[in-house]
Amino acid sequence: MSENSLPLAGSIEAASSSGSAGTILEWLHEWVVTVDHKRLGILYIVYAIFFLLVAGAQAIAIRIQLAVPGNHFLSAQAYNRFFTMHGTTMVFLVGMPILFGFANYIVPLQVGARDMAFPRLNAFSFWLTAFGGLFLYYSFIGGGGLYGVGSAPDVGWWAYAPLTARAFSPGHATDYWALALILSGFGTLGTAINIIATVISMRCKGMTMMRLPLFSWLMLVVSGLTLVTITPLTAAQIMLVIDRYLGGHFFDTQAGGSAVVWMHFFWIFGHPEVYVLVLPAFGIANEVIPVFSRKAIFGYPAMVAASVGIAFISLSVWAHHMFTVGMTSFSNTFFVLSTMLVGIPTGIKIFNWLATIWGGKIRFATPMLFCTAFLFQFLLAGLTGIMLAVAPWNWQLHNSYFVVAHFHYVLVGAIVFCIFAAIYYWYPKATGRMLSEKLGKWHFWLFLIGFHVTFDTMHFLGILGMPRSIYTYQPDRGWNTLNMIVSLGGIIQAIAVLIFAFNLVWAYFRGKEAGNDPWDAWTLEWDTTSPPPSYNFAQEPIVRSRRPLWDVKHPEDPDWEYES
Amino acid sequence: MVAGLLTYAIIKYRAKDVDSQSEPAQIYGSTQIELAWTVIPVLIVIVLFLTTARLIFAIQDAPEPESALNVTVVGHQFWWEFRYPKLGIVTANELHVPLSNNQAPLPTYLTLLSADVDHSFWVPQLAGKTDLIPNRVNTTWINPLQPGLYVGQCAQFCGVQHALMLLRVYVDTPEKFAEWVKNQQQPAVEDPRVAAGRRAFETQACMNCHTIQGTAATGRFGPDLTHLMSRQTLGAGAAANNSQNLRQWIKDPGTFKSGCLMPAMQLSDEQIDQLTDYLSTLR
Repeated sequence: MSENSLPLAGSIEAASSSGSAGTILEWLHEWVVTVDHKRLGILYIVYAIFFLLVAGAQAIAIRIQLAVPGNHFLSAQAYNRFFTMHGTTMVFLVGMPILFGFANYIVPLQVGARDMAFPRLNAFSFWLTAFGGLFLYYSFIGGGGLYGVGSAPDVGWWAYAPLTARAFSPGHATDYWALALILSGFGTLGTAINIIATVISMRCKGMTMMRLPLFSWLMLVVSGLTLVTITPLTAAQIMLVIDRYLGGHFFDTQAGGSAVVWMHFFWIFGHPEVYVLVLPAFGIANEVIPVFSRKAIFGYPAMVAASVGIAFISLSVWAHHMFTVGMTSFSNTFFVLSTMLVGIPTGIKIFNWLATIWGGKIRFATPMLFCTAFLFQFLLAGLTGIMLAVAPWNWQLHNSYFVVAHFHYVLVGAIVFCIFAAIYYWYPKATGRMLSEKLGKWHFWLFLIGFHVTFDTMHFLGILGMPRSIYTYQPDRGWNTLNMIVSLGGIIQAIAVLIFAFNLVWAYFRGKEAGNDPWDAWTLEWDTTSPPPSYNFAQEPIVRSRRPLWDVKHPEDPDWEYES
Repeated sequence: MVAGLLTYAIIKYRAKDVDSQSEPAQIYGSTQIELAWTVIPVLIVIVLFLTTARLIFAIQDAPEPESALNVTVVGHQFWWEFRYPKLGIVTANELHVPLSNNQAPLPTYLTLLSADVDHSFWVPQLAGKTDLIPNRVNTTWINPLQPGLYVGQCAQFCGVQHALMLLRVYVDTPEKFAEWVKNQQQPAVEDPRVAAGRRAFETQACMNCHTIQGTAATGRFGPDLTHLMSRQTLGAGAAANNSQNLRQWIKDPGTFKSGCLMPAMQLSDEQIDQLTDYLSTLR
């Protein structure tokens, strides 16, 4: 028995949770009442993938409408609902759930715990989030119902006041938006609390904070950031409902209220929110890149410091979304500075990833393909972000397709690519089977090509003056060909995602058996069966370094002799 | 540069199948390198920031010269109101400004207001955009050095027909601008041949929303129509301004701009003909 006392694979009993399957109803019931973090993680992820397909379909509809000028595929009313729902869905029903889903599954395993700190809160949070999403989508069949375009929100995912006042948005579209997000926001808060408690108090013996796997570190930081940032959104939404129904005038400009205050509230939420989305992607990269380069992450302490730094600085940059609102030169200048500053720790992380790869022996399995593309794409997204931080440039580029291209470069090019990497990386752990490498490569290359065809081109549309949120455009603006190209790229991405969805289902039944540790990795989740038993580990692991399994596999050269 | 290094790294450090058993040297960090790549970006940011700050103050706080033309822009769902307070002109959707030059600048300073929701004034080839926020006064300026037509549109989502809230800015030579001003300052043309249409306008609900100078129509909700025929488009760019489109617009604006705030007035064909004839005389 090695000094590490890790519960080696052979001493763990085979998972028996699927032994007595019973009827379909019993199976469903198990999933509905589960408090097991692994099952809840899977529920979150499946829920998010479903909404990824829905919001993706909305995107395709948008691109069909914009492929040619003066198109009649979607009416103005329908288009405005589609782009509002596309953004709202992708942020709140895809991005947040899938990343918190991964956190749910992986964090307890990585810290060597048996479950999350509060399993029942965990379940409650999931179902609250799920209900919020279904409530939001019910809006499509409310109002005019299926004969019209329903009552889905049509005010943009940012829902600026006073467009959302009863005077300008009669009916219930705005109410669906506000109420659904208030509900799912509470679900998110519950999960954030759980992650913090689990990481702080349930780490296994020997796992100091500076030996925490970076994915778990980043989920800790993200959870703290979430607690701070969801609050202003929920507050603003409650104030909006008070304006709409209880005679409030917070944002009612006809009665002395302020449209700008809504913007401040929304973006104090909205900017850190995008860091809530991107930091877990960094966490995924921090797991995948070292394993597939066969090297430890370069500069672990700096990575931790940079992540914490990004979280703090990101709370100070929000008004770079408001450079055109007419703030004073002094205010604008402050936000230019804070926005540029947040680029520094972010750049440091890119350099650290580069240094991790440098001198490695890179295996380009599908997870690594996605993470490699992530590195290039995130680099470019950061550069266009710095361009947008320069306020005078922003005065031209704000609300144009340049901004749309920039944030999709981050959201898709960085976050979605890392999510795909995470799925290919951890699917074997969750199901015991490998996804098809062949389909994975088709998925990767098609998605990469489609992504670049769409979003590289889109930058130029912004520079040529095309604003966002428009259901059509004039044929003499010079935007026709570029829009067609952007739309074609969308179709290519859609095909890639369908291949991916097929892979997920096919591999569940026909995938190669994975075993405990198919990737030859080094963190604790790989030290148990695939899938893990409901209790995760037979004995509490004891660790002496950041890469416990490296120490076991390389007893002559263990990490603890080198870590500072 | 970073992309170049990344490309180099992923090619050079690919695993070659032969030595798949051994692991490469494990390097955990390097204080000097990490310090260097922290300090250098900080320096870059300082330079970039100072340059940007200087530019922000230069543009936003540029003092307004005596010669500047003042225009008040009021954003509406889904059209633009332009008022020239010192010239006594009110028009809509198509802005005329005088050509400026470097020797004796003649910029146009725009005061930006909104009658309803947030809008944004954006003519890319003239200036960056500035928002029109209700209950708030914003200002911006343009200093055009080339005559011609500049197109733009509202750049802040303002509701269902945000996409068709277009802008046309005509930068006129001094002579042409003076001519335009003179024409706009006249009250509406009174052609007795279309008196029936004028009467129809004044007795239907049209006068509640629209102004025609010199008539009983003094509505402020919709665009000023006194010199409708001096404009090239209808509905803030929704359709070309010709007699066929004008007739159809009066009959049902939703044909061109579904969801715009002018309703189809359910008028008889005869009334629509009279109104079209009347409005067609308002040069």
